[in-house]
Amino acid sequence: MRFDRRKDLLGLRDVEREEIEAVLETAVPMKDIITRDMKKVPTLKGKSIITVFYENSTRTRTSFDLAGRYLSADTPNLTVSTSSVQKGESLKDTIKTIEMMGPDVLVMRHSLSGAPHYVARNTSMRVINAGDGINEHPTQALLDMYSILERKGRLEGLKVVIVGDILHSRVARSNIFGLSKFGCELRVVGPSTLIPSDIEKLGVKAYANLEAGIRGADVINVLRIQKERQHGALFPSIDEYRELYMVKPEHLALAADDAIVLHPGPMNRGIEISTELAESSRCVVNEQVTNGVAVRMAILYLMLGGGRDEIAC
Amino acid sequence: MKFREKALIMDEASIRRALIRIAHEINEANKGVEGVALVGIRRRGGPLANQLASQIESIEGIKPPVGVLDITLYRDDLTTLGPAPIVHRTEVDFDVTGKVIVLVDDVIFTGRTARAALDALMDLGRPRRIQLAVLIDRGHRELPIKPDFVGKNVPTSRQEIVSVLVKEIDGEDKVVIEEVVR
Repeated sequence: MRFDRRKDLLGLRDVEREEIEAVLETAVPMKDIITRDMKKVPTLKGKSIITVFYENSTRTRTSFDLAGRYLSADTPNLTVSTSSVQKGESLKDTIKTIEMMGPDVLVMRHSLSGAPHYVARNTSMRVINAGDGINEHPTQALLDMYSILERKGRLEGLKVVIVGDILHSRVARSNIFGLSKFGCELRVVGPSTLIPSDIEKLGVKAYANLEAGIRGADVINVLRIQKERQHGALFPSIDEYRELYMVKPEHLALAADDAIVLHPGPMNRGIEISTELAESSRCVVNEQVTNGVAVRMAILYLMLGGGRDEIAC
Repeated sequence: MKFREKALIMDEASIRRALIRIAHEINEANKGVEGVALVGIRRRGGPLANQLASQIESIEGIKPPVGVLDITLYRDDLTTLGPAPIVHRTEVDFDVTGKVIVLVDDVIFTGRTARAALDALMDLGRPRRIQLAVLIDRGHRELPIKPDFVGKNVPTSRQEIVSVLVKEIDGEDKVVIEEVVR
């Protein structure tokens, strides 16, 4: 499968290594465009990309919006909180209504895992998953991989540790699916109640102890504690979480010499990451934001830049 | 598709002589090369621009800056092609504003690449003047674009393929006409 022949991008689980490489390579010239004075190329003139977010977002939505605009596509947004969804319209009817207006790509975020997959099966629009429940967030993982590659020069063989609520994290899942295709040594760290019991089937080593998990790591990806998904009282308190799992500069000392810290944002400073670490030059959270636009430009270009009759499915 | 070499148009020596002549013409047309920069169009315009810059240096003692332009994102035929073509970096690390920019390409055919290059270049700044240098002009223009400097005019049929080979990419310098083997 070639990335540019896909109809949809729903997750990294079934995306091949070569496709990921195509995205990461294409993102390099795209990043050049973002950093120059004239931030627009005519490539996707006449295409339209609609973003429909059933959950809140600052960076992902704005990132897709700007990525589309830098390529000259039109990028309308549907704000669900002020839409007919509030009048009781079903997901299927909302999507059909959007489809009839003719956009080429639907970028969708939904709190239900699998919602974009359902939509993709029922529309001729191309669908990009911008996060579905606890399942996948493929564009976040691709920008994380780009950020790692840019700083480290390679992905192959790196030791990557993901810290936090793995159970509810679509970012963790997509990162695991993506990075495992590059032979990375993957670890997760968190309270055992927040680590899926069968995670080791994905080739991941689980640690309950932060120091043990971080030792020797090249990359530390710190996840946000998602208060909106903590309904089951799976850890005793925020204070206890901070005490045991907040990543601080002294933890970086246990990692590899040139280890970097990623965070998908928004950061809860003083809960999962200390302010001192968040401000350090080893923390690439701001670069991740810029890289997110570049990676999404690459994805939109690969999906929309060629001829349409080449799409396989 | 397989190709067969039909005729050798230029060998290494004749390419070098043509580039020396173009270097003199660029120098003469601009009354020296102060404020002149060369920008090669990927892929084979890049090595040719470097060779031209070296020839200019041996004539004038000044080596003009050289950049490379990737025009993929500016092509007008993307939706008629197959999958999205690979995008490479544009590497122009000098300010083009106020300069005389000589665009360099291996072959001019329909003129559509040159059109895309003009747009791509003008998104980088506002050159004082843009000139176009090509090694081969094979005719069949579809746009009102005419090169300022030409190595060799080669009348061709539309079915023929003109291939410029350069050492940096292909291991040798030569120009051949090829045809498709059925």
